[in-house]
Amino acid sequence: MIEGMTALYIFMLSAFTGYEIIGRVPVILHTPLMSGSNFVHGIVLVGAMVAMGHAHTTLELVIGFIGVALAAGNAVGGYVVTERMLEMFKSSKGSN
Amino acid sequence: MHNIIQISYFIAAFLFIFGLKRMSSPLTARDGILWAGIGMLVASLITFFEPGMENYLLMTTAIFVGGIAAFWSGKKVAMTDMPQMIALYNGMGGGAAGAIAAVELLKGDFHSQTFLTLAVLGALIGSISFSGSMVAFAKLQGLIRRPMRFPGQQLFNIAVFLVAAGFGAVLVIRGEFTGSIILIFFAAALAYGMFMALPIGGADMPVVISLFNALTGLAVAFEGFVLNNAAMIIAGTVVGSAGTLLTQLMARAMNRSLGNVLFSSFGASGGAEESVEGSMKPIDAVDAGVMMAFAERVIIIPGYGMAVAQAQHKIFELMEMLLARGVDVKFAIHPVAGRMPGHMNVLLAEANVPYDRLYDLDEINAAFPQTDVALVIGANDVVNPSARTNPDSPIYGMPILNADQAKNVIVIKRGQGKGFSGVENALFFGDNTRMLYGDGQAMVGELIEAVKEF
Repeated sequence: MIEGMTALYIFMLSAFTGYEIIGRVPVILHTPLMSGSNFVHGIVLVGAMVAMGHAHTTLELVIGFIGVALAAGNAVGGYVVTERMLEMFKSSKGSN
Repeated sequence: MHNIIQISYFIAAFLFIFGLKRMSSPLTARDGILWAGIGMLVASLITFFEPGMENYLLMTTAIFVGGIAAFWSGKKVAMTDMPQMIALYNGMGGGAAGAIAAVELLKGDFHSQTFLTLAVLGALIGSISFSGSMVAFAKLQGLIRRPMRFPGQQLFNIAVFLVAAGFGAVLVIRGEFTGSIILIFFAAALAYGMFMALPIGGADMPVVISLFNALTGLAVAFEGFVLNNAAMIIAGTVVGSAGTLLTQLMARAMNRSLGNVLFSSFGASGGAEESVEGSMKPIDAVDAGVMMAFAERVIIIPGYGMAVAQAQHKIFELMEMLLARGVDVKFAIHPVAGRMPGHMNVLLAEANVPYDRLYDLDEINAAFPQTDVALVIGANDVVNPSARTNPDSPIYGMPILNADQAKNVIVIKRGQGKGFSGVENALFFGDNTRMLYGDGQAMVGELIEAVKEF
């Protein structure tokens, strides 16, 4: 169980981390990085699974199902698109 | 088992941050996504072992349904359509955060008022991000053609938002939920996201998608607090703050505040229609090709039109051809050219144009006066000199590429229409400007033929 203050500390430190990571990025990586961070919040899949796993009524189950499907789409789609984008960076490096 | 699960989440959180860090340098970017991917795999597999879970069969089905659909669409989509796919997947994440909150609200057993508040906040933000991203997707995909605006829109939007926030507050204060209140809350939040994105023009979409990306991250973090899941809190918060910074960087590149992007009806003002002196002078591809073949210095300015016409490979060919003749070729990249930051860089990288030929706005603007030919392909607002000269112009103050200062300007354009901002472009009427009308890819092809001839 994460206590209230600990949670607040985690929140603050994570916020600075995100800010620092983007702060020094060249413009050419903005799109892949936006795509990459879009993939990272696909971690919502874990939460959707937990919510669905504890669903009892039919309504909860239906909403949970939609949530898990959407979250899986976020994670998988985010990965595929980011990977394809970064793939091109490799090939262009060879030709320089 | 509990410890193994917690350690797995810890590893996942570490890998996400490590992966994002690797992604922030061109040399290590490719393995960055791999590390983050491993983190995701670890976190989602271990979740199957969370105690007290049921509905495994349906859950696995849901993962496959969403995962396969996204995998298939992500593999199939053309590189030029990437921005809307990011909007789409981002919206799905926001929707998932909203769904988590909905399930938790229906169950109704919260440890404290704080958790309840966070659940409702996450639901509000996630739902807005979901419907807003879907509208952004529909716009970029061409399903919604025009920005939708009507009188009193801002007041109407504020009213819709207040309904959502009000019913959210009712949920928190009463601490006991009826289905109808939850339903109205979600409906109003979804409606607000939709109405918020509808009036925003295509040119502002990168900023908006980035904002929704940050919002989804925040929503995920809030639901992470509710579910007591550290991986969600950390990953969500990191994305939330990184996305906020990226949004600011993009808005700044357009010399506009975020509020301005979201709340001013850009290019919608009926008043002060600009009168531009002169006329547009057409040129054919052969003349344009000759002009470039015998130039010393050429700067190519790509914009969204290049992406639409898929002309990046032809542009690469043209570049090779000119370089072989000893012409110095540079690319001028405006920070908000295209529909995403770095959109042009990605497309040109796909076509093998080396990085060291791409120049930022600050680096290249001084070079235009010594340039023989500036070739504008599919860019419009980012080269409009009114941003520099005309205080009445809606885009006044936005940093632009000073293409008008080149000795000759060739603009490849499909027709005589205005840019996404709806503003007339003074560049097209300049004495040193010639218009090459036609599809971007076809016209660059003809330019290549013309350069070959001479």
